[in-house]
Order: sequence, then C-alpha cells, then structure tokens
Amino acid sequence: MTARPGLWRVGMAVYARDLRLAFRRWEQAVQPVVFLLMVATLFPLALSPEAAQLRGVAAGVLWVAALLASLLALEFLFRADHEDGSLEQLVLSGHPLGWLSIFKVLAHWTISGLPLVLVSPVVATSLAVPASALAVVMLSLLLGTGVLSFVGGAAAALTLGVKRGGVLVSVLTLPLVMPALIFGAQAADLAIMGESARGPLLLLLALLVLSVSLAPLAIAAALRIGVE
Amino acid sequence: MWTWFHKLASPPHFYRIAGLTIPAFSWAAGLLVAAGLYGGLVLAPPDYQQGEGFRIFYVHVPSAILSMFVYATMAIAAAIGLIWRMKLAHAVAAASAPIGAWFTACALATGSIWGKPMWGTWWVWDARLTSELILLFLYLGYLGLRSSFDDLQRADRASAVLAVIGIVNLPVIHYSVVWWNSIHQGSTLLTPGAMPIAMKWPALCMLAGFALFYGAVLFVRLRGEVVRRERSAAWLREVLVK
Repeated sequence: MTARPGLWRVGMAVYARDLRLAFRRWEQAVQPVVFLLMVATLFPLALSPEAAQLRGVAAGVLWVAALLASLLALEFLFRADHEDGSLEQLVLSGHPLGWLSIFKVLAHWTISGLPLVLVSPVVATSLAVPASALAVVMLSLLLGTGVLSFVGGAAAALTLGVKRGGVLVSVLTLPLVMPALIFGAQAADLAIMGESARGPLLLLLALLVLSVSLAPLAIAAALRIGVE
Repeated sequence: MWTWFHKLASPPHFYRIAGLTIPAFSWAAGLLVAAGLYGGLVLAPPDYQQGEGFRIFYVHVPSAILSMFVYATMAIAAAIGLIWRMKLAHAVAAASAPIGAWFTACALATGSIWGKPMWGTWWVWDARLTSELILLFLYLGYLGLRSSFDDLQRADRASAVLAVIGIVNLPVIHYSVVWWNSIHQGSTLLTPGAMPIAMKWPALCMLAGFALFYGAVLFVRLRGEVVRRERSAAWLREVLVK
C-alpha cells in the first residue's frame, strides 16, 4: 500500500493542473482582462473625457468593471471539469473536497483575478487617477478579487448542470459581494482623494478572511450536490 | 414531543393537520390585522414630529420584521433539510421564499413612501435600505436557482445551500442602524419606553397578525408543495378522492 500524498501535495497538484490547462487555452484566460479594458474605455466615451470628472468616478468604474469581468470568468471555473468528468474524480478522490476547492479557486483567481489587479494601474491612470493612489487601488482589487473568486466559486458550484447558468451565477453572486464592492470602492476613492484608506482596506481584508474560511465549505457541499 | 414532531413531518399527517389549522390561522390573522389597523389608523394619536404620516409604520415595520423572520425560517428549514434530509423541511423553504420576497418588497415600498414626506426623498443609499434591498436580491436569486433545475431533489439541495449562505446578511440588516450612522431611525418597537402604549399595541397586533398570515399562507403553499411532491402516492389519491 502506498502512502497517501499529503494535503499540500494534493492541493498543489490541483493548482498546477488548472493553471496548465488554462495556459493551453490562453485566449480564454485573457478575456476578462480584455473585458475590463473595454468597459473602462466606455466610460470616458460616455461621460466626458475631462480629467476631474473621470477622477471622481474612477474608483467606482474600476471596481464595477473588475466585478463584471470576474463574474464573466466564473463560468470557466467548474464547467469544463464537470463536462469531462474530472470533477467527479475530485469528489471521489477521498481528499477533503473543501481543501481541494480552495486550490481550484486559487488557480482560477491566478488566471482571472490577478491579471485584473495587474492591469488596474494602467486603467486607473487612463481614468486620471494620481500615481500616489495606484498602490491602494491595486491593493483593494487584490483583496477584492479574492473575495469575488471565493464567493463566486460558491455560486458557480451551485449552478453546475444548469443550462445557460451565466445570468444565474451573476444573480447569485452580486448580492453577496456588494459589501466587498462598497469597501473596495471606498478605499480606492479615499486614496484618490489623498486620504488614508486604512479602515475600508481592513474591512475588505476581514471579508476576504471570512470568505476564504467559509466559502470552501459551501463550494464542497454544492459540488457534492452537483455531481450526483 | 419528538414522536409528535416526527409525525408532523410525515406528509399525510401534515397535510391533514395543515388543512385543519389554516382556517384558524387565517381568522386570527384577519382579526388581529383588522384590530391593528383600527387601532393604528384611528385610535393612536398622531406623532408629535411626523404627524399623521407616521401611521405607515403599522405596515412597514411588521413587513420588515417578517421579511427577516421568513428568511431565517427559510434558512433554518433549508439547513434541517440538508442535514437530516427531511423532505418537508425543503418544502417549507420552497414555500417560504415567495412570501418572504413579497414581505421584503412591501417593506421597501412602504419605506419609500414613508421616506418621501419625512426625509424628502424616495430612496437613500444607506446601510439599512441597501441591506434590505440585498435581502430582496437574495430571495430572487433563491427563486431563480430553484426554478432552474428540473430535478426537484437537486433544486431542493442546491437552493438550500444558497439559503444558508445568504443568512450572513440578516445580522447586517438588523444591526445596520447601530453600526453605521443611518438616516433610518433605530428600533422603537422593541425598545421599552420608546413608544407610548396607545401607539404600540396596534403595532404589536399588526406584527402578530402578519406572522399568523405568514403561517396561513405558508400552510396553504405547503399543502400545494406536498401535493406536487407526493403526486404519485396512494394516500394522496385517497385523500383527494374523498
């Protein structure tokens, strides 16, 4: 009898597999970033290209665009694995499903959430955000996209096997991530106005801790229902 | 006690008991709401600050309390259904969701009508109002998820997980007037001494009436759910043919 691999090795195997699969279809993986760039382009065209006005709405625009972009990506989280049966293998593998889902969500975040954070300074600068605020904008999105991935992961798991579940995933995720949007946009806004964003950032961090610790349990329960 | 509980959870027994109790619930609810409305709209003195306009309180507050109470009931029933695989518990959650959604919509609408003369605006984006709106979205998401499965068992269990997740919103609504500086006033109904008794008793009547109304509608809808779920069972044919 061979020794069972440790939790870390199992987790990292899931993580590496998901990343490898995603990089083989990189056209799909860059879609959220392209979407973010396009939505951010719409606002100067629709509102006005005047710097002062753009700066006023920049935090909200950036956050809403990032939120919608990561909602778009949620569809890829479990769908392919569900269709080809590998999700069933994960459920049957005997390893704690909540633990495995943490790594699946982390891989998903690395592919779809992290690029949003990385391009956010470019988008923010185009919306006339001062350079001094870019670090806080990035930090708020770094924490926020994490919350979105975990909460959205639960919604994606719940809608497994639903035909045309795209809209439904958004309807389920949005009410639950509104607090993150409030604190995240507030933090970015405070930084743009040159004030300390410590308070909302800490609350955002608390939300991240909460969602990282609770969402995997919900994801695991939902996956078990989904693969039955 | 436990045998009684188990018996109640069996569909045929429940179907019979519910049929017997619905009239009692309905009458009690009707009488209490009538008394509450008369007391609230006619007998209670006008508010020293808000004048006659405060009377919408008698609809707004019970709806708002019920909107949260129904969600809590739904989530607890959903959890019971998930943990102990009780079929009737899932039916309770399924039957509660539309009722709760309407109570939430009612609380939002009456609050908006109340807000216009008192605050000068239909809507403000403050914590209490926003979190109540999120509650409405949660109900709608629950109904959407439930309706998107063909298989009843999967619909039951998936929507139950969602109901349990959504319960994080309830404390946020309840404490939103305490945690944040809100334009929405704090709780007066449940704070002793915040309201004279002439204003208070109609509100308590209305609250009890609304709760009984929920019970009555819940049982009517639950009987419908039981019929839908047990449609091929022999006992149901016997009951319905009789």
